[in-house]
Amino acid sequence: MIKHPIVTAGIILFLFAVAGVGLVALIHVLTAERILDNEHQALLQKLNALVPAETIDNDIVGDVVTVHAPEALGIPENRVHLGRLAGKPVAAVFTSVVPNGYAGRINLLVAVRVDGTLGGVRVVSHKETPGLGDKIEEEKSDWIYSFNGRSLGDPEIGKWKVKKDGGVFDQFTGATVTPRNVVAAVKSTLIYFRDHGDRLFQQAER
Amino acid sequence: MATGGYGRLIKDGLWSNNQALVALLGLCPLLAVTNTAINGLGLGIATMVVLTLSNVTVSIIRHWVRAEVRLPVFVLVIASFVTAVELSMNAWFYELYKILGIFIPLIVTNCAIIGRAEAFASKNSIARALVDGLAMGMGFALALTVLGAARELVGMGTLFYQAHLMFGEAARGLTLTIGDDFKGMLLAILPPGAFIGLGFMIALKNLIDRRLASARREAVSAVQAEPTVG
Repeated sequence: MIKHPIVTAGIILFLFAVAGVGLVALIHVLTAERILDNEHQALLQKLNALVPAETIDNDIVGDVVTVHAPEALGIPENRVHLGRLAGKPVAAVFTSVVPNGYAGRINLLVAVRVDGTLGGVRVVSHKETPGLGDKIEEEKSDWIYSFNGRSLGDPEIGKWKVKKDGGVFDQFTGATVTPRNVVAAVKSTLIYFRDHGDRLFQQAER
Repeated sequence: MATGGYGRLIKDGLWSNNQALVALLGLCPLLAVTNTAINGLGLGIATMVVLTLSNVTVSIIRHWVRAEVRLPVFVLVIASFVTAVELSMNAWFYELYKILGIFIPLIVTNCAIIGRAEAFASKNSIARALVDGLAMGMGFALALTVLGAARELVGMGTLFYQAHLMFGEAARGLTLTIGDDFKGMLLAILPPGAFIGLGFMIALKNLIDRRLASARREAVSAVQAEPTVG
């Protein structure tokens, strides 16, 4: 038996590492399913707010195509959720990104119906200034609802700006950059859908 | 350290040696998440759970762990419990978990926890370590909640905003709003507000302590003065 103190110490440390990992592994197994389910439910809830559950009959969380259009959609790989009813396209929900928020990226969900109108827009996460730029959040103000039902013809494409820049969307007191760039990102997503929308649904069927 | 009853331990944890207000440990999560009372309470409870579990475990193993490896072992114990708490919160308090985000794993780096393990739990019985963990954790949670409530009240004009994240849908009505036209003082919920708020809390605690001490001194001198009067 080796009685060198550092060896004993090493063995003790090793045993604790095993016990610690064992505990974490056990908890992981116990919670993994529930966590996945939580994430699924949370996403489904967000998607259903934009594409009502009764208008589709497919699994909108799982029916996803990945598109590569960093210029138009803000991120290299945009996961697009597709909603269908009896196999026919109903709406596409883009996970677009505003790359140039006042304080970094703003993650959006942009729901576009097949006719090119917006089912709605939601902010998933952002780092904008509390009390100023964070009015883009649904919980803080109704501003994000001003996109509901809009399309590239309503307002006309040149008016897709905040009022300060000659457009139709409100800016916030003390925060113009945030709404300006959100409007630009939504517009750019709409343009992408106009040009490539059909292909999205076909791509998913293959 | 080994002297004094459980009452003493509880008083230390909640007041005289409050980890946040006196020892000034764990300031990173303290300052970062306390923009609402519920956020403060959520992280406070998570910290309390970890602190209690780690205190008890460290006390159980205190005779087996050699001095050379005690700190790595403590860190291992704490990290395991934090991960366990993180996973559990992700499973059962998903919304709150998303808000507290990276600050839950950061409980590992909260010096208050390893501080108590090293300074107290490794030298005391299991029961005492348990009480100490609970009391210290509660003191920390209390400081977080009070600071969160104060910042929320000044910054947003509400109290217990998003209470449903923690107590379920029924608690939605708990949210208090003071006057609809109160827009809030933005500074309070921004990072500087955390430092200013904590400063005020520490000052207030010191003020109360001083008042109490001088009141006691007067009481003592009154007692000493009595025989000459009588």
